[in-house]
Amino acid sequence: MNDLLLTGLLMLIKLGMILAVLLTMAAYLVLAERKLLARMQRRYGPNRVGFGGMLQPLADLIKLLTKEDFLPAQADKWLFLLAPGLAAVTALLAFAVVPFAPPLELFGRQLPMVVCDLNVGILYFFGLSSLAVYGVALGGWASNSKYALLGALRAMGQMLSYELAMGLSIVPVILMARSFSLTEIVQAQASLPFALTNPLAFGIFFIAALAESKRTPFDLPEAENELVAGFHTEYSGMRFGLFFVGEYLNLVVLGAIITSLFLGGWHGPLLPPIIWFLGKVLAVAFVFIWIRGTLPRLRYDQLMAFGWKALLPLALVNLLATGGILLWLGGAS
Amino acid sequence: MASLLFYLLAATALLATLLCITRRSPVHAVIFLINAFFALALMFYLLGAPLIAAWEVIVYAGAIMVLFLFVIMTLELSPESQRPALSRRQWAPALLLFLLLLISAGLILTFDPAGQAGVPFFYASPRSFGAALFNRYGLAVEIVSFQLLFAAAGAYYLGRRRKARQPEESS
Repeated sequence: MNDLLLTGLLMLIKLGMILAVLLTMAAYLVLAERKLLARMQRRYGPNRVGFGGMLQPLADLIKLLTKEDFLPAQADKWLFLLAPGLAAVTALLAFAVVPFAPPLELFGRQLPMVVCDLNVGILYFFGLSSLAVYGVALGGWASNSKYALLGALRAMGQMLSYELAMGLSIVPVILMARSFSLTEIVQAQASLPFALTNPLAFGIFFIAALAESKRTPFDLPEAENELVAGFHTEYSGMRFGLFFVGEYLNLVVLGAIITSLFLGGWHGPLLPPIIWFLGKVLAVAFVFIWIRGTLPRLRYDQLMAFGWKALLPLALVNLLATGGILLWLGGAS
Repeated sequence: MASLLFYLLAATALLATLLCITRRSPVHAVIFLINAFFALALMFYLLGAPLIAAWEVIVYAGAIMVLFLFVIMTLELSPESQRPALSRRQWAPALLLFLLLLISAGLILTFDPAGQAGVPFFYASPRSFGAALFNRYGLAVEIVSFQLLFAAAGAYYLGRRRKARQPEESS
C-alpha cells in the first residue's frame, strides 16, 4: 500500500511539474516572441511591466481575465464555448508521449521521464494533432461570422494537406529507429541525430510543422489583412486567451517533437540531459519566431500547390530511398 | 475495471451514434459521430490493439471527419437552411433495418455458442501486427492497395475530364 502511495505521489508530482513548466513556457514564449520580433524590427518590445518586461505575461493574463466574455448573436453557444478549450487541450495532451530526459533513479525505483511511453507514441501525437483542427474549425463555424468561417475553412484545408506530408516524412524515422515509441526513437539517436542522417525528412517535417502550427509563412487561417483575425475574430477575453495559449503550447510541443524525432532528444555531451532537451526545444521555437520575423505570407493557392506538388512527392521519394538504403545496408532483417 | 470502462465506452458510442442520426444540424451530427469514433478507438485499445485505436483516431476522426465538416461548412452557410425532419417515408425502411438487426443479433446470440463467449484477450504490439499483416497477408494487402490506387486514379480522371471539357464548350 505504501509502495502504491509513493508511486502515485511521484506520478502526481511529475504531472504537476510538467503542467507548470509547459504553461509557463507557453506564457513566456509569447513574451519572447514579442521581444524578438521587436528586436528584428528595431523596436524594444514590451519593457514596462516588471524588470525588462518580465511580468508582461502576468499583466496580459489579468487583462484577459477581466475582459467581457462576449457571445455573438446567433452563435452556436455550446460549440462556441467549447472550441477554445479543445484547441488548448489537444496541444497539452500531445506532450504526454514526449520523453524529456532518461529515466530517473528515485527511492530505488526507475521513474521514466515521460508521462506515458506508449508503443504507438508517434501515432498518438498524430491523432491529437489531427484533432487540433477541430478547435479552430468549430470555433470559426460557431462564431457565425464570415471572416471566422473563412478562417476555419482555410485552417481545415491547410492542416489536412500538410498532415499527409508530415506523416510521410516521419516514416523514414520510424524505419531507422524501428519503433513507434518516442523513447526508443530518441535512444536510436544516441550517436547521431536523424537530422544529420536524413536531412530531407527533417526539412519536410519542419515545414509541415510550421503549417500545422498556422504560423508565418502559413498563417492564412488568421491572415490579418484579409480576415481581420480569422477563426478567432469573434472571441474575447480569456476564450481568445485560450486559443492563444493553445497556439504557443503547440509551439512548445512541436519543438519537443522535432527535438525527439530529429535532433537527438535529450542526448548531448557535458550538460545534463534535461538542459539539452530544453535548449533544443527553445532553439526550435526561436527558429519559428525568426521565420515569422523574416518571411512574407504565402498565397493560398501557393500553399496548396507547395503542399501537394512539392512536399508530398518529396516525402514519398525520401521514404522509398530510405527504405532502399536500409535494405541495402542490411538494416532490415 | 476494464469491463466497467468497456460498458461506459459502449454506452457513449451508442448514445453518440443515436444523437448523430437525430440531430437537425449536420455539424452537430458530425461532432457526435466523432465522439462515437473516439469511443470505438478506446474500445480497440482496451481489446489490446493500440495500433488500430491510433488509426481509428487519425484516419476516421482526424481526416475523414474533417473532410465531412469541410464539405458541410461550405454547403451550409446560412444557419436557417437545415435539414427538414424525417418524413414518414423514411421511417419505414429505418424501422425495417432496425428489425433485421435485432433479429440477426438475437439469432447469433441464441444459436451460436461462440458468439456468447467474450473475445479472448490478445495483445497485438505494432511490430507483431505489422509482421503478421505483411508476412501472412502480404499479397492481399498489395491487391487492396492497388485497388485503392485505381479508385483514386479513377476519381481523379472523372473530376479532371469535366473540368477540361468546360472551356471547350464555352469557346
